[in-house]
Amino acid sequence: MTQTGQTTASARNRVMTPGLAPARLAPQDLAEGFEDLHPAFDKHEAQVAADRCYFCHDAPCMTACPTSIDVPLFIRQIATGTEASAARTILEANILGGMCARVCPTETLCEEACVRMEAEGQPVEIGRLQRFATDAVLDAPHPFTRAAPTGKSVAVIGAGPAGLAAAHRLAMHGHAVTLYDARGKAGGLNEFGIAAYKSTDDFAAREVDWLLGIGGITLKTGARLGGGLDLETLRAAHDAVFLGIGLGGVNALGIPGEELATNAVDFIADLRQSGDLSTLPIGRNVVVIGGGMTAVDAAVQAKLLGAQSVILAYRRGRDAMPASEFEQSLAAAKGVQILEYVKPTALIGNGGRLREVEFEYTAVEDGALTGTGESLILPADQVFSAIGQTLIGAPAGLSVARGKITVTGAGRTGTDGLWAGGDCASGGDDLTVTAVAEGRDAAEDIHAFLTKEA
Amino acid sequence: MADLTTEFLGIKSPNPFWLASAPPTDKEYNVRRAFEAGWGGVVWKTLGAEGPPVVNVNGPRYGAIYGADRRLLGLNNIELITDRPLQTNLDEITRVKADYPDRAIIVSIMVPCDEESWKAILPLVEATGADGIELNFGCPHGMAERGMGSAVGQVPEYIEMVTRWCKQYYSKPVIVKLTPNISDIRNPARAAFAGGADAVSLINTINSITSVDLDAMSPEPMIDGKGTHGGYCGPAVKPIAMNMVAEIARDPETYRKPISGIGGVTTWRDAAEFMALGAGNVQVCTAAMTYGFKVVQEMISGLSEWMDEKGHTSTSDFIGMAVPNVTDWQHLNLNYVTKAVIDQDACISCGRCYAACEDTSHQAIEMSEDRVFTVMDDECVACNLCVNVCPIEGCITMEEMAKGSIDPRTGETVKDYANWTTHPNNPGAVAAE
Repeated sequence: MTQTGQTTASARNRVMTPGLAPARLAPQDLAEGFEDLHPAFDKHEAQVAADRCYFCHDAPCMTACPTSIDVPLFIRQIATGTEASAARTILEANILGGMCARVCPTETLCEEACVRMEAEGQPVEIGRLQRFATDAVLDAPHPFTRAAPTGKSVAVIGAGPAGLAAAHRLAMHGHAVTLYDARGKAGGLNEFGIAAYKSTDDFAAREVDWLLGIGGITLKTGARLGGGLDLETLRAAHDAVFLGIGLGGVNALGIPGEELATNAVDFIADLRQSGDLSTLPIGRNVVVIGGGMTAVDAAVQAKLLGAQSVILAYRRGRDAMPASEFEQSLAAAKGVQILEYVKPTALIGNGGRLREVEFEYTAVEDGALTGTGESLILPADQVFSAIGQTLIGAPAGLSVARGKITVTGAGRTGTDGLWAGGDCASGGDDLTVTAVAEGRDAAEDIHAFLTKEA
Repeated sequence: MADLTTEFLGIKSPNPFWLASAPPTDKEYNVRRAFEAGWGGVVWKTLGAEGPPVVNVNGPRYGAIYGADRRLLGLNNIELITDRPLQTNLDEITRVKADYPDRAIIVSIMVPCDEESWKAILPLVEATGADGIELNFGCPHGMAERGMGSAVGQVPEYIEMVTRWCKQYYSKPVIVKLTPNISDIRNPARAAFAGGADAVSLINTINSITSVDLDAMSPEPMIDGKGTHGGYCGPAVKPIAMNMVAEIARDPETYRKPISGIGGVTTWRDAAEFMALGAGNVQVCTAAMTYGFKVVQEMISGLSEWMDEKGHTSTSDFIGMAVPNVTDWQHLNLNYVTKAVIDQDACISCGRCYAACEDTSHQAIEMSEDRVFTVMDDECVACNLCVNVCPIEGCITMEEMAKGSIDPRTGETVKDYANWTTHPNNPGAVAAE
């Protein structure tokens, strides 16, 4: 007991340390905080949850899913004790069904559409059921078999959700796929983005390994477009090219003292790649600027690392935040304070160290955001900027509108033999599940193109 | 994925799941969509004799009973045979069969119990190209009052007679659909095979009243203040149907004769159970009426997954596999001793096992002040009631006592197999050699 008392006291001291400091929390508190957000169902829980599905006709949940997973069928397959069949139903539509089960904002997709919401306000827990079914296959032999080699080869640039989905589908059809990624590891945002408590136990990497089990995919990491990798060379060497390069840049705050801010995307990536969370320095007073999923992921994780105060500052009201209500509630439950109607005007430091953030209150008049002239100063040792990602490194010659590569149909760029999908391409929300759908559909289009030509 | 292709009476279908003769198979529009959804075959809704078709009531035709969360467990109906003109049905059957040569189409028939009526309709059905016929000797409502349906099925001599006519005037397989509204199902089955039937199918629906409107004091479904008994089907009738299938499958007189199993098949497991008990395929209706044609997809994937797990490469591998294990009570091993065991980690302390055992069984479960429930082996007769009422699957199991150990309840040693026929308490016992 004495020992616990001592631990608590010393941890409290570390929480109070000003500036950036690692190990603000005791190891067990750190570990607990970063546990699985939605723990896996055991079989009994899955049966009870599955039992609630009505097997709706032309099911709204299926329509709401960007990858159109046959939700009623897979839940019925769980209910009848055939999890492998359930997993197959999911993975046939969405090869990253395991990750999507963890990161999808189900509360705004399938579960929001569930007819039980109308009846009781409590949807069938589709996301957790999907995880139950897909968890079972990760250690089993790869469930799909590759068609006979077609002799065609496709370059897939970017091994994030869109690229992985495209590569798998193309390989399954018998094409030889070379999958390039700029980073040292495949997975894209699954591996480097997304809060750690949504993808525990190195799930993203294990899922990539499992996905590559289809065969026919050569992974080349550390290969960046424009940095050793040249689109024209790839187009000449392959029968088709798919671009799934994501949004590699971040928007700048554009205010004095900007250099004192940390980019939330990098913070999340460092955290995801850290083998020991107690080595990560975090501020005592943290301010996160932004209102999307990245902002929430950064804010919640800052709190879980032991920041005493985390304020998520957004320039409009909560209802306008891109982060879902569920994410906002999660942030609040973890102790993040959401501050509405403020926009940053300056980051103020002292000898290169951030000291405070100055905001101006805002108001929305006729839909337009204006400053009220009234200001607010918050103490801050650390500011995370999360005001959106931008397309960088798009090959010259492609049409780019509103920061996205323009595509039509199933990812066609208008350039012969070149498709694009995922966050870098126009259309759809910037969600993992949308990227998977776009990668898959582009792969089918490429397959049709390659086999028609033959 | 195991191949589910099933051959029944020489009729091949891509899987053993056929839609039973009922509203889902009443018309071309539905049957085509059923085939697109994956059903292996259909038995077309029963055709009647040429002439003005039957009429149906214009009020409710169905009544239901529900489980928790309004899950439909049993359905009854007072609908009659097809109320569309004979020629319309024949034309549609012809067209659908031509377009779906790989699916089974069986035509259900019910005409008056005279040779002329059967002789008249059979050539018309034969001309459709359908794969066989099913004689509806089962419907218990409406048509039975007119001397057809179950009125025929309850008289083995009639079954044999009509089956004989059908074999005489029709060249393809003849399936006789049996009514369960009879005391011993083996008699009509024997009669069907005696008349030359190629197979029997069972069960048709059970006489039933599903509910009573206590304001109107009328059975449901209620037609203008009155109700009549209907035919009961759905998951609730499966145990009755399986027993009847097993009785025919193990009857020496009808042993290994083809059976098409019907009665509450809702999932792949239900189908596998019917088939293990000797059904060469299954027919489904209520599951489709509750969930739509798509429900067959779970049956297909589930049966296939289970067959892969068990190493079965064809449905014929396991059809009838459980038949040798269906026996009479007198042959059960009285020296097989088990005891209930409660998994304390799985137990949620609801106390249902305790209430059931304490109040209605053998007072063999102990409850502590802090709600821990344990089995007293010296009282447990292994009745299984605690297992049955426990809400957590696998929490309570029955563990077999090893031979040579002492049963603490009886103080006797667990011995080798012995049954009632040789038991000392049996006045008719045959002394063991």
